[in-house]
Amino acid sequence: MGRALTITCMTLKSCSVNERDHSRKAVVKLLRSYWALIPIAGCALGAAGWAALTPISSASRDATFEILRGTWARRMAGDTIEILPNEIRLTLGLRDILVLKNLDDVPQIFGPTLMMPGQSFRLPFALASRYQFACTAHASGQMIIVVEPFPATPWARLRWRVRELLGPQRLREDKGSI
Amino acid sequence: MLLPLLLLAAAVSTADDTSLKAGVFSPPRAAPDFSLRGSDGAELKLSHYRGKVVILAFGFTSCPDVCPTTLATLAETRKKLGEQANRLQILYITVDPETDNPERMRKYLGSFDPTFVGGTGTAEQLATVRQNYGIAATRNTLGTNYTFSHSSFTYLIDRNGSLRALMPYGQSSDDYVHDLKILLSQ
Repeated sequence: MGRALTITCMTLKSCSVNERDHSRKAVVKLLRSYWALIPIAGCALGAAGWAALTPISSASRDATFEILRGTWARRMAGDTIEILPNEIRLTLGLRDILVLKNLDDVPQIFGPTLMMPGQSFRLPFALASRYQFACTAHASGQMIIVVEPFPATPWARLRWRVRELLGPQRLREDKGSI
Repeated sequence: MLLPLLLLAAAVSTADDTSLKAGVFSPPRAAPDFSLRGSDGAELKLSHYRGKVVILAFGFTSCPDVCPTTLATLAETRKKLGEQANRLQILYITVDPETDNPERMRKYLGSFDPTFVGGTGTAEQLATVRQNYGIAATRNTLGTNYTFSHSSFTYLIDRNGSLRALMPYGQSSDDYVHDLKILLSQ
C-alpha cells in the first residue's frame, strides 16, 4: 500500500525533494527485490512463445487404453477399478484414434462394445464433435469422447500443450491405465 | 516363396482394416448367431446371410430419433451402392418385444427400404442376443409412455460371418459406402 502511494506521488510531480528521493529509493529497492524474477519471467515467456508458435506433431495418433490382466478378478474381490476416464479428449490430426485393448482373461464391455480377451478395438475420428457412447464400465452408463479440432492457432497450440502437460488423461495413459 | 506371399496378404488385409472409417476389431471374432422371428415371416438367422455383408442394428420402432436417422442413412447407403447392394443385408433387431411384432416391424422398415429385415422374439431371446453383442438397452417409463435408451452404433459383419467393425451413430452414408466397398471386395 505504502509503495503504491509513493509511486503515485512521483507521477504527480507535486512532491517535495525529500519525498522524491524517498520514492526513487523505494523503486530501486523494489526492482532489486524482484531482479531475480526477471530471468524466470523471461524463460516463462520464451516457453509460452515456443509452445504457441512451434507447430505440433505427434509420433502416434493412438490414444490407447487397456484393461490389464486380472482386472476382472480384482473387481470380483471388491476393488473399485476405473477402467476408462468418464471423458476422453482427442485432437484431430494429433491423437484422433481411440484404441481399446482387453488384456484380461474374460470378455469385457469396454467403451462402447463387448471385447473378447486379447481383442483390441481401433476407432478413428474424422470430425471434431462430442460423442456419447453407452458404456456399462461407467457409473453414469456413458462414456464421452470429445474430439477437438487440430490446434492451428498459437492460442490453441498453447492450450493443447498445457493440457497435455497437466491433463489427467496423459497421466492415465502413461501409467498404462487399468 | 510362400512366406513372402503370406506376409504380403497379411499386410494388405491389415491395410484394408485400418483404412475403414468404422471402429475395427482385431482380431475379428465370429459374429454370434441367433434365431429370431423375422419381419418377413420367416425364421431370422444370421448364418442364413453368409456370403453377404451384414449391417446389424438394434432399436425399436417407436424410437423418435436415433433409429429413423440410422435407418434413413442405411437406405441411402444401399442406393449409393447400386448393384453392389445386392450383396448387402441390413438386419434390425428390436429391443422392444412387447410392441414390435413381425408385422409392425415389416411396415416400419418398409418405409425406409423394403429389403431391410427386422428381428423380434421373446424378451429372453433378445436379451441373449444383446448380451452376445454387448448392446445396452434400458427402458425408461414416462407416465403412461415409455422409451428405450439403447446402443446406437451398428455392427459390420463380413461375408464370412466375422464381426469386423462398429460404425458409431451419426456417420454419413458416404462413410458406410466407403467401408462396405472394402468389405464387399474381400
